[in-house]
Amino acid sequence: MSEFLRALTLNAGYNAALVAVGAALLGAAGGAAGTFVGLRRRALATDAAAHATLPGVAAAFMLMAWLGGDGRWLPGLLAGSALSAALGMWLADRMAARTRLPEDAAIGAILSTFYGLGVVLLTVIQGMNAGKAAGLSGFLLGQTAGMLRAEALTIAAAGALAGLIAFALRRPMTLVCFDPGHAAAMGVPVRAVDLAIMGLAVGVTVIGLKIVGLVLVVALLIVPPAAARFWTDRVEAMTALAALMGAAAGWIGAALSASAQDMPAGALIVLTAFGLFALSMLAAPRRGALAALAARRAVRRRMLLRQGLAALARGAAPGDAAQLRALRRAGMIGPDGAPTARGLAAAAEVARDMRRRSFLRGGYALDAGLTEFLTRDDGLTPLERMLAPDQLAALDAAMASGGEAP
Amino acid sequence: MIDPLIAEISSPEFVQLSLPPMVIGALAAMSCALPGNFLLLRRQSMLADAVSHVALPGIVAAFLLTGSMAGGTMMLGAGAAALVAAGMIEAVRRVGRLEPGAAMGVVFTAMFALGVLMLERTGASGVHLDVEHALYGNLESLIWFDATGWSSAADPRALAGLPAPLWRLAAALAAMAALTRLFWKELTISTFDPGHAQVIGVPVRALSLGLTGATAAAAVAAFDAVGSILVIAMFICPPAAARLCANTLSRQVWLSMLFAALSALVGYVLAGYGPLWLGARGSVSAAGMIAVVSGLILALACVAGPARRRAGGALGAEGR
Repeated sequence: MSEFLRALTLNAGYNAALVAVGAALLGAAGGAAGTFVGLRRRALATDAAAHATLPGVAAAFMLMAWLGGDGRWLPGLLAGSALSAALGMWLADRMAARTRLPEDAAIGAILSTFYGLGVVLLTVIQGMNAGKAAGLSGFLLGQTAGMLRAEALTIAAAGALAGLIAFALRRPMTLVCFDPGHAAAMGVPVRAVDLAIMGLAVGVTVIGLKIVGLVLVVALLIVPPAAARFWTDRVEAMTALAALMGAAAGWIGAALSASAQDMPAGALIVLTAFGLFALSMLAAPRRGALAALAARRAVRRRMLLRQGLAALARGAAPGDAAQLRALRRAGMIGPDGAPTARGLAAAAEVARDMRRRSFLRGGYALDAGLTEFLTRDDGLTPLERMLAPDQLAALDAAMASGGEAP
Repeated sequence: MIDPLIAEISSPEFVQLSLPPMVIGALAAMSCALPGNFLLLRRQSMLADAVSHVALPGIVAAFLLTGSMAGGTMMLGAGAAALVAAGMIEAVRRVGRLEPGAAMGVVFTAMFALGVLMLERTGASGVHLDVEHALYGNLESLIWFDATGWSSAADPRALAGLPAPLWRLAAALAAMAALTRLFWKELTISTFDPGHAQVIGVPVRALSLGLTGATAAAAVAAFDAVGSILVIAMFICPPAAARLCANTLSRQVWLSMLFAALSALVGYVLAGYGPLWLGARGSVSAAGMIAVVSGLILALACVAGPARRRAGGALGAEGR
């Protein structure tokens, strides 16, 4: 635990601190970029990009080794992976546009084919020179243990750059996601911004390879925005929140990983992000599961109360136990089951409301306002709270003159 | 050219070392491609991706619970994980009102991460259970010790020594074929026109669940032998290529079987013998190469498939 706190406060060594900062920046960039990617409904396309990095990594390694350099030079590997990820996404895009295959099939085909090619190239490298290829399999699931200082610096710097770009482009990206037509009319270059969004996603993917690994890096783009969606309906707020959650997941996950042996950073970052998601899904006000449950129970309580009051108004004893319980809890009946004064008044109110409703539905000449009212009537809210006073007065007058509706 | 080929094929080593992986690869490919056809048409191809990712935590959990590495235990674990994942995806989609792609992404990354963490924390990785095995499978190691040559194919004692995944995948393929045949009409109607299917009393929801179950079963049966890359590739690439070459569903399904088997055979040969032909030693990943070949077949279909365009712009309406 204390080890975790030390890592969390960046006191567990220079490299661990760099990794934590890099992961946080990366998480922030991923959350922000992922929001836009998700709004453009391209979430899974980035999974294809992530898997398509593998042949690029392997090819870059082979090229650098063949040129006589160190095959594991990180910037070279990242450049190679970015190229092949972009190629994979472009091919998937072409396939979906030019043939009758649906987009998800194109994405899956590219994902698996490129990944297969990457695995083939990895085995070629293993055959070439056994020892040197050791670092490459770390790209599958990420590997922060034993990371070189230069690598950690590269990742932290690239993460900061991606975060900056996402921050700088947030307005045009929001516009394009929200209303591409309007954005174009305002002079925003929609295609360029779209490219920037996907470019940012590829950037996050590539930078994330070394920490999170290519199988899981897509989570940085999908999970924080999905979690942020529960808390807000506004794009700006959602972007900021997703960036914040991504950063938290990166920071906490990296710290957890640094706190003990055999704690893979990538898996922990993803699980932390999922924890935030689960928390949001459960507890967010209005959109969360608990809020939805509470709202459903409130409706049920109101319904039981109304049914019970209607029974009281008819002079009958409420039928079932649930209704009695609701009445008792609301103070409408006493412990002995006899209606209280408040209960009688409320029952009369409900009876009047029911008479009005049945008259309203029974053929009273509806004006436009009342027609609109019928579409949003839940049958529970008293008419007095739903209709304007003049509408209500007109209704009562019609009832008085015409008696019961036909 | 022909003589050395015949000599190679008729050698006992070929029957021992190369034949079983080729047959297993082809069986796995066809078992996955069969339900893949319907997933493709229902735009659920990525389900295969999700299912093959969540198999890892299932397998690790099964190992930790039972301490056994037996095929049956692993399959039960993977199957249970697939069910959990399907339930979670549905829950996230309903409660969170997320688009299906994002819901899937949230669930399968979390479950895969959990699998990786369990593997690392418990030291299960020390006992021949590792992520790379899950990703690549172990096709090359499935060999037939008891074979002395082609004559062994008629020898019951030798046949009993065939690698277990072969029988499992043969059973899986037979089951997939029987199910497809049995529910052909219902599957077709509910795939192309779910509304109409509902009206005429086809149990659309049950069929959809059944297809998900069949997908999970095929993936789980194939997973151990060929790994998750190949599972995803075989669910998607052969049916997609067949879709671009055929305008009727039955022709598409048959073609997908052909493409799947072809990918497995050509891919295995290229992986095993390709480096030798290029003058290098050793071999490359067979699962990876099979995936690449299936992708190449798809690429070919994309540029030359007779039914590659959308209806209306179709070239040669009835295929070839």
